[in-house]
Amino acid sequence: MLQRGLHPSSESRRVVQGLLFISPWLIGFLIFAVYPIAASAFYSFTQYDVLTSPKFVGFANYAELLTRDETMRVVTQNTFWWVGIAVPLGVAVAFLLANFLNAEIWGRSAFRAIFFIPSIIPAVVATLVWQWVLNPQYGLIDGYLASLGLRIIPFLGSPLLSKPTLTLVHCWAQGSAIVIFLAALQDVPRTLYEAALVDGANAWHRFWRITVPLCTPAMLFLLVTGLIGGFQNFTFPWLLTQGGPARSTEFYSIYLYRNAFMYFKMGYASALAWLLFLLVVVVTVLVFRSSARWAYYGSSE
Amino acid sequence: MTGLGASSAGDPSAEVPALAQGEMAYQARRTRVRQVMGRVLMYCLLIVIAATFLLPIAWMLSSSLKYDAQVYTIPPSFIPRPVRLANYPEALAYLPWGTYLYNTMVRYALPSVVGVLLSCSVVAYGFSRLQWRGRDVLFFVCIATMMIPYQVTMIPLFILYKRLGWVNTYLPLTVIAFFGSPYLIFMFRQFFLGIPSELSDAARIDGCSEMGILVRIIVPLAKPAYAVAALFQFMYVWHDYLGPLIYLSKKDLRVVAIGLAFMRDQLFFRAAQGQSYPYLMAMASVFAVPIILLFFLAQRTFIEGVALTGLKG
Repeated sequence: MLQRGLHPSSESRRVVQGLLFISPWLIGFLIFAVYPIAASAFYSFTQYDVLTSPKFVGFANYAELLTRDETMRVVTQNTFWWVGIAVPLGVAVAFLLANFLNAEIWGRSAFRAIFFIPSIIPAVVATLVWQWVLNPQYGLIDGYLASLGLRIIPFLGSPLLSKPTLTLVHCWAQGSAIVIFLAALQDVPRTLYEAALVDGANAWHRFWRITVPLCTPAMLFLLVTGLIGGFQNFTFPWLLTQGGPARSTEFYSIYLYRNAFMYFKMGYASALAWLLFLLVVVVTVLVFRSSARWAYYGSSE
Repeated sequence: MTGLGASSAGDPSAEVPALAQGEMAYQARRTRVRQVMGRVLMYCLLIVIAATFLLPIAWMLSSSLKYDAQVYTIPPSFIPRPVRLANYPEALAYLPWGTYLYNTMVRYALPSVVGVLLSCSVVAYGFSRLQWRGRDVLFFVCIATMMIPYQVTMIPLFILYKRLGWVNTYLPLTVIAFFGSPYLIFMFRQFFLGIPSELSDAARIDGCSEMGILVRIIVPLAKPAYAVAALFQFMYVWHDYLGPLIYLSKKDLRVVAIGLAFMRDQLFFRAAQGQSYPYLMAMASVFAVPIILLFFLAQRTFIEGVALTGLKG
C-alpha cells in the first residue's frame, strides 16, 4: 500500500501532501487554539477591561483567586460536586437504561426514541419546560402536592435541592450516552453469555462478570467526555437558576462568564480559565490512569 | 439473551424416571413463571421511566394549548379545557420569528454546515487515507484540542473578533466551521478508515491524484458519513445559545434560541399580561418539534452517528 521510495524526498513529499490535506485544521488550530491559549495565558497576568489596554499585574489574579476570592470557594465546591456526583450518576443511569433497552423487548425502538429525544431538545426549550414543571406553585409535581394539602418541594428554590434537581434534569438528557451504551452492549458476544449459562451463572453474575467489564471502554469514553463537559457546564444551570439560589448552582463556567462579560474583568476571567484548563487535564489524566485498573479491552470485534 | 430477566430451563432427558420428570417439569414451570414475571416487571419499569421522560414534553404541548387561567390551576391538569389553538399564531406574532428563523438557518446553519462538510472531510482524508510521518501525532493533537475548555479560548477570540470588527456579525460563528471541527474530523476519519485501501491503490496506479481519489471515490462512498455530519452540525447550530449570546447583541441578528430566551424574560416581567406561559410553551413547541420530527425521519442516521464516534477507537 505504501508507495515505496528509497529516495529521501519521497517521504518528505508525502509529509507535505499530508500537511496540505490537513491544512484547514492546522491553520485553524494555530488561529483558534494556539493563539487564544497563548493570549489567554498572557491576559491572565494582566488586568484588562477591553476598553483600556491591558495592565500587567503578575500573579495577582491567581493569588486573589486562590486565597481571597470567597465566591471561588463556593464555585469550586459546586463544580466538584457536579463532576463527582452528577456526571458519574448520569453515566450509570444511561448504562442501566441501555441494559433495559437491550433485553429483547417488544417496542424497543419506540422506547429508545423516547429516551433519546430529550437529549436533542434545545437547552433553551428544555429549561423553559422544566422551570414550569418544577414551579413551586403551579408546577406538575408541586401543584398536585399542594392540592393534596402536602408540603411542596422547592426544587429550584432551595439551595439544598437545586443541585440534585439539576442532576435529575441532566440524567433526563442522557439520550446519546444511552445510545452509545446500547451499541457497546450489542457488541458483547452472545457466546459468552451462553457459556456462562452452561456454567450455571445467574443473571446477577452474568451482568457483573460479563456485561459490565466488556462495557468499560464505553464507560471510560463517556466518563471522560462527561467530565470534560461537566467542568464546562453552562447553559442548563444558567437558564434554570442563573447560579442561584444563594449561589448553590454557581458553577465554574458561570462564574467565568460573569467575570468576563458582566464585570469585564478579562484578566481575572482568563486566570479562571487557565485554572479550569489545569483542572480538566489533571482530572482527565487521573481518570485515564485509574482506568488501567478497571477498563477491560480484552474482546475485540 | 442478555442482562436481566433471562434464565434457561433444564432439558429433561428421556431416560429419567417419571417421578423425576414430573419434578423437573414443575421446576421448569416455576422458572418460566419467574421469567414472565421478570419480563412484566421490566416492562412496567420501562413504561414508568418512559412516561417520566416524556412528561416535560407532554406538559409543554398541553400547556401550549391552554387558556392562561387554566395554567395556574391547582391541581395541574394535563388536558386543556377548552383548547386554545390561537396561542400559536399569537405567540408567533409576538416576536419577529421569521427573521430569527432566517438568521438561524441561512446566516448561521447553512454556512456552518457547508464549511464543516468541506473542511472536515478533506482533513480526515489526510488523517486516514494517506501515510506520512507525524500523521498520528498530529491527529492526537487534534483530538486533544477537544479537551480545551471553551472558556480558555473564548475571551481572546472575543477580543480578536472585536478588533476585526466581526462582533455583531455571523462571522465569528461561521468562519470557524471552515477550519474543521475535531469531533467531526474524528468521525469522518473512522469512516474513511473503513473503506478498503485497494480502491485507493488501484486509482493511484491509474495515475489519479489524491484529490481526485477523494472526490471521485471516497466522497460517493461516504454519503452516510456526510449525512451524519450535516445532521450533527445542524443540531449544534440549532441548539447554540452561548455563541450567539456572546457575539450577537443587535435585535435583528437574533437566532431562534436567543429569541426564545428573550421572550421568556419579557413575559416574566409582564406576567400580569395574560397568556404568558401558553405563549412560551407554544413557541417552545414550535422550536422543539421540528427537531423531533427530524429525528424520527432520520432515526437511523442519528443513532449510527452517535455510535460511530462512541466506540471504535
